[in-house]
Amino acid sequence: MSTDSLTAGPAQSARPAAAAPAMSWLRFFRSELRLVFGRWRNLAMLAVVVILPIAFGVLFRLTINSGSGNTGGGGPAFLNQLAGNGVFLALVVLTFMLLLLLPLVTAVISGDSIAGEAGLGTLRGLLTVPAGRTRLLTVKYAVIVTFSLVSCLLVAGVSLVMGLLLFPTGPVTTLSGTTISLGSGVLRVLVIALYAAAAMASLGAIGLAASTLTEHSIGAMAALLILVIGSEIADQVPQLSGIHPYLPTHFWSSWDGLFRDPVDVSGMQHGLLSFLVYFVIFGGIAWARLNSADVTS
Amino acid sequence: MTVQPSGDEVSFGRAARDEISFGRPGPGDLDPWKPPRDEVSFGPGAAEMEALPDERPMDGLALATRGLSKRFRNGQLAVDNLDLSVPAGSVYGFLGPNGSGKTTTIRMLLGLIQPTSGTCQVLGFRVPDDLTRALSSVGALVEGPAFYPQLSGRANLARLDAADRTADPATAAARIKQALDRVGLLAAADKRYRAYSLGMKQRLAIASSLLRPRELVILDEPTNGLDPQGTREVRTLIRQIAADGATVFVSSHLLAEVEQICTHVGVMRSGRMVYSGPLDDLRGTGARRVLVRTSQPELAAKVMADLGLAGITETGQQVSAELGELQPEFICERLVHAGVPVAGLETPGRSLEDEFVQLTGEGFNVDG
Repeated sequence: MSTDSLTAGPAQSARPAAAAPAMSWLRFFRSELRLVFGRWRNLAMLAVVVILPIAFGVLFRLTINSGSGNTGGGGPAFLNQLAGNGVFLALVVLTFMLLLLLPLVTAVISGDSIAGEAGLGTLRGLLTVPAGRTRLLTVKYAVIVTFSLVSCLLVAGVSLVMGLLLFPTGPVTTLSGTTISLGSGVLRVLVIALYAAAAMASLGAIGLAASTLTEHSIGAMAALLILVIGSEIADQVPQLSGIHPYLPTHFWSSWDGLFRDPVDVSGMQHGLLSFLVYFVIFGGIAWARLNSADVTS
Repeated sequence: MTVQPSGDEVSFGRAARDEISFGRPGPGDLDPWKPPRDEVSFGPGAAEMEALPDERPMDGLALATRGLSKRFRNGQLAVDNLDLSVPAGSVYGFLGPNGSGKTTTIRMLLGLIQPTSGTCQVLGFRVPDDLTRALSSVGALVEGPAFYPQLSGRANLARLDAADRTADPATAAARIKQALDRVGLLAAADKRYRAYSLGMKQRLAIASSLLRPRELVILDEPTNGLDPQGTREVRTLIRQIAADGATVFVSSHLLAEVEQICTHVGVMRSGRMVYSGPLDDLRGTGARRVLVRTSQPELAAKVMADLGLAGITETGQQVSAELGELQPEFICERLVHAGVPVAGLETPGRSLEDEFVQLTGEGFNVDG
């Protein structure tokens, strides 16, 4: 380190050999993971994600016991099957959690991703390191996806365990009336958890875009939740049936075909296409916005 | 070097040549200061020449901007046609009142905000086109410390190092320890940032700019909010960084903290550079004055007027005037000869602060 290297020109100046881009990206990703998974607020969310399926399990167990074993037609599609097989607890809980809690988790993590750094002032530090704007965005998004995936797997895993502990087990009766093995049922629940994670990943892309537009992470989170709730309400209004397939939340629960015989994956296929379109559009917005924004925070 | 209080830039060609004598001599036979080959064409009339050569070391300049302007979306012109030349190896004080465009300039140099027009070069690389290469040898502290409050000082530095795509993870722990040691934070390294005092936060920010060997360190208001001891420590630190061979670009609205360490200064006012050059030149620009203490100020003023002195002012029992070409001894002799009871006569050196205030305007009014 001396003036020698400067006057010799940048081409010859001694710089440490750059680490392989993939390795350095992974290092940044690990650091971001530690930061996000190390925050009390986020750990508390994960705790809720674990506790709620347990509470649901106990609650349903008590309801079904006290009732006649049939809660009537008011509940979700799988509630009636619950008395027969514990696997269905995971499906009931996932349906409930996808309404608000899992979107909330994704909204908090994604809304905080860029806006949180901007609000704290650490964004300018990261960019002058230089972390690279696109690289920062990819790391942030990868952590949003990871956190959403972990939440969905926790919901599915805990509710599966609770279901198998509290309810009858054995071969699973599908919605079509045929039976599949317990292992196959569990496997299908895990596929559904991954599908839910994909839905949350597309929501995370919208949250990431919102997060690049503000320095207030709470604003980005609120905007995302309003979008989710608004979309869910619009999805229930028959007069708006023309726009239903384009709503971001429309396909979130389109996985019941997995528990039919024969298996019908067309709903999930449409869903994945919808998630991909939302990811591309809002990922693009986030990228364009972050790369052109003046960082004045 | 002439100062143009009107706010016009000092002509660039002149500035380049003046800086020649002040930079550290380059190695070997390559004297970076000698031939201002390219700069020579930047006369006062060539202001519209904004382009900088691509991918080439600006002869011995660590930072250079040409015609750099930034107009924010609200219409405010924060930086106006700025030509900045920071010689490599210098300690450059970037002065100006709050709101004069210093931080906006620094943000443009670091690629945080896009210039509206004009060009920047950092260590010979274009910004923002070649940002990664430009910034990999630059340590920067922009507008006060900002870290994660829940992490320790050490963890905060580790986070920044992990974000650096060219940093070597194998040496990270040692480099972080060294940076903390340099700013005297090693003992508090594992305390949460939340619990740090303002001085410690400021020092951690400086440590973050020293995580790797740097050719250029940019410090924006590094002593903001520090107590006198803290200010002293930062000054010592800046001297050390400079002694290690790095160029230091330090912005401040406090002249006093800069004048002890800087070799060069640039003075901003309302987004424009009103002075740039070696510090010693700024010191010498003002006219020297003579100050007489006497019980008969009217008589003294009359004698001084007869001597042809300009700018005579009477305040109580003091009379002062511009010294001009006359010797103070001669003035004293004439005063005594005319029967003025001279209680004291001095020629106070014009303080740098006077120059600074003259350049940047008095009072609290922020222009623009």
